[in-house]
Amino acid sequence: MTSSLLFNITTLLYLASMLAFFAAIVNRTKPFFGTAGSYIAFGGLLLQTVAIGLRWKESYLLGIGHAPLSNLYESVVFFSWTIVLIYGILDLKYRYRVIGAFVMPFALLGMAWAQLGMKSGIEPLVPALQSNWLLYHVITCFLGYAAFAVACGISIMYLIREKHDKVAQANEQSIVATFPPSRVLDDLNYKSIMIGFPLLTLGIVTGAAWANYAWGTYWSWDPKETWSLIVWFIYAAFLHARITRGWAGRRAAWLSIIGFAATIFCYLGVNLLLSGLHSYGG
Amino acid sequence: MTSSKKSIPQSIWDFFCSLKLTMFTLITLAVLSIVGTVIPQGTPPPEYLHSISQNKLKLYKGLGFFDMYHSWWFILLLSLLSLNLLACSVKRLPGIWRTITRPVRVMDDSLETTLPNLTSIITSGDAVTLRDRVAAVMKAEFAEPVITEADGTYHLFAQKTPWSRLAVYAVHLSVLVIFIGAIIGSLFGYKGFVNIPEGESVGKVMSRSEKEIDLGFAVHLEKFSVSHYPNGAPKEFKSILTVLENGKPVAGYDRVPVIVNDPLSYKGITFYQSSYGKLGEHEFTISDSDGSNSQPLIVKSGGSTKLPDGSGLCLQETTPDISRFQTGLSGPAAQVEVHLANGENKTFVVYSNNPAMNRMNLPYTGGKLLQYRGGEEFMYTGLQVAKDPGVWVVWVGCILMVVGIYVAFFMAHRRIWVRVESGTVTIGGNSSKNQGGFQLFMEQLVTKLKKQLPLEDNK
Repeated sequence: MTSSLLFNITTLLYLASMLAFFAAIVNRTKPFFGTAGSYIAFGGLLLQTVAIGLRWKESYLLGIGHAPLSNLYESVVFFSWTIVLIYGILDLKYRYRVIGAFVMPFALLGMAWAQLGMKSGIEPLVPALQSNWLLYHVITCFLGYAAFAVACGISIMYLIREKHDKVAQANEQSIVATFPPSRVLDDLNYKSIMIGFPLLTLGIVTGAAWANYAWGTYWSWDPKETWSLIVWFIYAAFLHARITRGWAGRRAAWLSIIGFAATIFCYLGVNLLLSGLHSYGG
Repeated sequence: MTSSKKSIPQSIWDFFCSLKLTMFTLITLAVLSIVGTVIPQGTPPPEYLHSISQNKLKLYKGLGFFDMYHSWWFILLLSLLSLNLLACSVKRLPGIWRTITRPVRVMDDSLETTLPNLTSIITSGDAVTLRDRVAAVMKAEFAEPVITEADGTYHLFAQKTPWSRLAVYAVHLSVLVIFIGAIIGSLFGYKGFVNIPEGESVGKVMSRSEKEIDLGFAVHLEKFSVSHYPNGAPKEFKSILTVLENGKPVAGYDRVPVIVNDPLSYKGITFYQSSYGKLGEHEFTISDSDGSNSQPLIVKSGGSTKLPDGSGLCLQETTPDISRFQTGLSGPAAQVEVHLANGENKTFVVYSNNPAMNRMNLPYTGGKLLQYRGGEEFMYTGLQVAKDPGVWVVWVGCILMVVGIYVAFFMAHRRIWVRVESGTVTIGGNSSKNQGGFQLFMEQLVTKLKKQLPLEDNK
């Protein structure tokens, strides 16, 4: 059995999970769909964990052993994994299954793009990446990114719910009525960012530590570094906004969505559109 | 009517304490930072300068866009952020400090009305027995209470992690600490670059601001090597370095391998493997096709020259022994690229022991005979050099920030007050964070208390 096959099955499971969540929204009388969505997602997460481990092992069998976090393909796969992981943590803790309908599409999109649109060969590690810092840096950054992805999904839900609440006060038949109340969504958005922000901070710090160790400069205003700081500023603003009433709710949801857009630009846009030190696509 | 007009110093102080200023600086910093990721920083490459108009160039230069992260307006924004968080801390810290060091131990009426989790339990038994039972439950379930007596009423107070209230200020302080570390680094440190040819030593490096810096010792490159993966991708760039003091190797710094991600540090100065290249000179001769009128032609490794007919010649690669690549041939050889007058580029090999084969290139060299005579070539290594005495301050700031954020987000100052009178136990509490979780905890605590107290009507 190869990791590549397992990644394909994972992609299908994430698709199935997403469809189950959609069904859960439409059939609000059948809680079965939401439960199924969660369990399929967890099954996919488990399988993907095995697949990542297997790919790691395969690289050693090729004689070029390294953690599978070295290029765009591997990072996108890992990003999907972290998104489902963060979703799983929130699901187990707060039991609002249906947010999966707005989170699993991100994980599915990542896996589908990686499996269908990218070269998946295991390449040897270029000298710049031959360091244990790679592991700490990439893991913390992507866990942070994933928490922001989840927060973004929840914020989109919030905006839909909020708009719906305004228009139809008591129309409980609507699909949107299955969404958690807007107050809860606002809180979940905040909680996800509370997970993401420390991790992003740790990701930037480990990146700085690595840069200092490898190049003698902890900060050089490289586009990737600058964009990670931009993302950090946006979420710092989000956190401070919680203290002032005027910035909770809708504005906070928009800040969260803008924050994730900046995150995606930091992750992909910088590599695809700008030039700099992070040219290996991680 | 009362204080609608604030004094000017008060308004300035309020301005620097305001959260609006925080939001403004954070969002402005985020938006303006984008500029430097789109416009090249430092010395812009000539292709970029050609792509923009003169007016734009003037504008960008005037605004400091080519070094925007050190421009006055960016530094101003960072200073504004620093002042803002400093002012906020100065304003709020004394009150927080009082809350931590001098806790309110007695739940009076005014405090009682602010507590969301207030519960009264009607019970029997005298106050002393009740006090001891409640104290035991609090100690087991929460924290040991402090007991204050007033007029036959007992006040119990217990709290957990009061210092977690300081975490926010620790995070704010950490930002300032990181800035201080960066300033120390820029004042007392430098970043530089040096190329060392194999077998040679250097005692000076060139800083980024183009100043020559004396190291106070010398670094000698013994050897530089590149290894490759089977697929041809580079695997390792390695410089073998020796530190020399007064021309003698320093113990422990003799023949140290330095690779990417594994630098060499000596006396606070660190050397990082950064680039490499070949240095050397090669001699060619150019003559009439029969070999007469021979003229020497010197080309540097990787360099270029002009042939007599005006076409350009680039030296690509050389070898002291061609037999490794082409069996049946021998001696030194060079691969060159010639830019012909018709715009075509032609790559071919020039030999030193094979005039017959060199003659085949006559059409590309303007009818002249080009021959390779050999050359000397050696590797050089390119090292980044850095000295940053502020880096430890930056790490202290980073650790403070990470720990501070963790505590600020995930730990709460929780306080519980209990008033014990004979026949009544009143319990209330609050938490600086996670009200929902604390509510649950309080409900459970009340349930446990009820089990331990002799209830009046236990139905």
